Amino acid sequence: MLAHLPVLQVLLPLMAAPLCLFLRRPYLVWIFTLIVSGLAFLISISLLQQVMVSGTLVYEMGGWSGPWGIEYRIDKLSAFLLLIITAMSTVILLAAQTSIQKEIPENRQIYFYILYLFSFTGMLGIVSTGDVFNVFVFLEISSLSAYALIALGKDRRALWAAYQYLIMGTIGATFILIGIGLMYQMTGTLNMDDLARRLPEVAQTRTVFAAFAFFIVGVCLKLALFPLHLWLPNAYAYAPSIVTAFLAATATKVAVYLLIRFTFSVFDLSFSFTALPLQTLFVILGLIGIFVASTAAIYQKNVKHLFAYSSIAQVGYMIVGYSIGTTMGLMATLLHLFNHALMKSALFLALGAVMYRIGSVQLSSFHGLGRQMPFTMAAIVAGGLSLIGVPLTVGFVSKWYLVLAAIENGWWPVAVLILLGSLLAIIYVWRIVEVAYFKEPVAGTDGVREAPMALLMPVWLLVGANIYFGVDTRFSVDMAQAAARSLFGVSP
Amino acid sequence: MMILGLYNYWIVVALMMIGLYIVIAQGNLVKKIVGLNIFQTSVFIFYISLSKVDGGTAPILAEGISLYSNPLPHVLILTAIVVSLATTALGLALVVRIKEAYGSIEEEKIQMKDDQEC
Repeated sequence: MLAHLPVLQVLLPLMAAPLCLFLRRPYLVWIFTLIVSGLAFLISISLLQQVMVSGTLVYEMGGWSGPWGIEYRIDKLSAFLLLIITAMSTVILLAAQTSIQKEIPENRQIYFYILYLFSFTGMLGIVSTGDVFNVFVFLEISSLSAYALIALGKDRRALWAAYQYLIMGTIGATFILIGIGLMYQMTGTLNMDDLARRLPEVAQTRTVFAAFAFFIVGVCLKLALFPLHLWLPNAYAYAPSIVTAFLAATATKVAVYLLIRFTFSVFDLSFSFTALPLQTLFVILGLIGIFVASTAAIYQKNVKHLFAYSSIAQVGYMIVGYSIGTTMGLMATLLHLFNHALMKSALFLALGAVMYRIGSVQLSSFHGLGRQMPFTMAAIVAGGLSLIGVPLTVGFVSKWYLVLAAIENGWWPVAVLILLGSLLAIIYVWRIVEVAYFKEPVAGTDGVREAPMALLMPVWLLVGANIYFGVDTRFSVDMAQAAARSLFGVSP
Repeated sequence: MMILGLYNYWIVVALMMIGLYIVIAQGNLVKKIVGLNIFQTSVFIFYISLSKVDGGTAPILAEGISLYSNPLPHVLILTAIVVSLATTALGLALVVRIKEAYGSIEEEKIQMKDDQEC
């Protein structure tokens, strides 16, 4: 049983998804989905422990050994990502039933859970697999279900956003497919481990350069790096709150994982950073992304839009950390991956609570909410502080390591720009605080009460995690460090 | 000879560019999906082309034949075709619902209606 955990991790939600149809009642389906997600979380903990103790786990599908068979390969990085995805999914699902009751018609609620499980499967699959074509298939499983999930939004703009995401996402995925095809053409293998061994022999050919370029552009579309981010704001803003929280906490993280996996494990680092001027390119795009997206966030009228733009900025931080190209930089990126998942899921879930009571997340409807919904607003403020990077929150920890990494590498201007970018975050978080605490409630909203416990509990669980991991950084820093070191081939 | 011998790849690149151009330039949502399909099809042709081994036959075990084409890319592309089919179906379903909600499938008109709401 224990030996089969790597595949069970992915199979469990995949098999559970169609079973939802038999349960018929949304409430039962919710309990079932929650149990499945919880089990996946337990599996990921067990996998993490195994990986930390005995190193990389290799699972040979059907007993066929690689490179012929398909392998699942769980190393420290994958195990860390699996833990983030399953933990976020489980906490977010706690709030799901209450939130979607208001946002999705009852006859579609079951489909919501099915799509959710498929999207969940896809992400877990991308992280677990050691086969590059499998990556493409899982990517499409998670993306296709994500498009449909976004289209479940109440507003008709959700449809338009889902359509735009579908076009952009498919182009991105097809680019990745072209990259994989070119790699296969040169090496005759799809196994990541095998590719890593064979690519150096042919590394100086134009085909491999083309493969690399196609792949990088495809992944950057998926992770919403600055000029390719256009699909993200509307997709996040008009999707149902739970979907936004789930996607914001996991989807871009998985794309960052893909970028790291391919540039570090499949192509080796010296190739990745010399084939394209990747380092310069990413640090510039990342920084522009931080400033453009943060500035755009300041001018948004819809709070979900605001935090969606802030997500693009946070991706910028991750990419900057990555492009520093040192163990420290990569560690900062991984740490921010974990921390950003905590912040954004807390914030978007809290917005879900606002949506539940008020039915709108326009900034103008936040007037006086500080008094009407004190606990929800306090959570948004705590999440916002974390986003800015105030000490004692997770945001501080990752920014701290990011700045340290930049300085260690002698990139003073970058460190200064990172800090300036955080100042912009103060402005957009302040706008919400100002409206919620210093404005009188709009007439006719006297009846607005605090959100129900079912929503508040997961929100505060996440806020608690934001503070806990901001104070006791042992787990997250150790994990990020171990993963970064193993990618650089340094023995821990 | 180089150019003629690799004509598959020229077709692939041409189709890829045509498809991508349609996706970007056309304002009609259905046409965009058609463009996307052409784009994806070019990738399928690319995979199938690279599986061909010079002088190799279909990969069926038979006496007196030792050189086979590579069957794996065909299998991969079967999967990719299914994915592309699902994408097209989902895309068209979205277009139907967009038409119901907006009364139009022209990008400009939809954008205009959205801008009015903001």
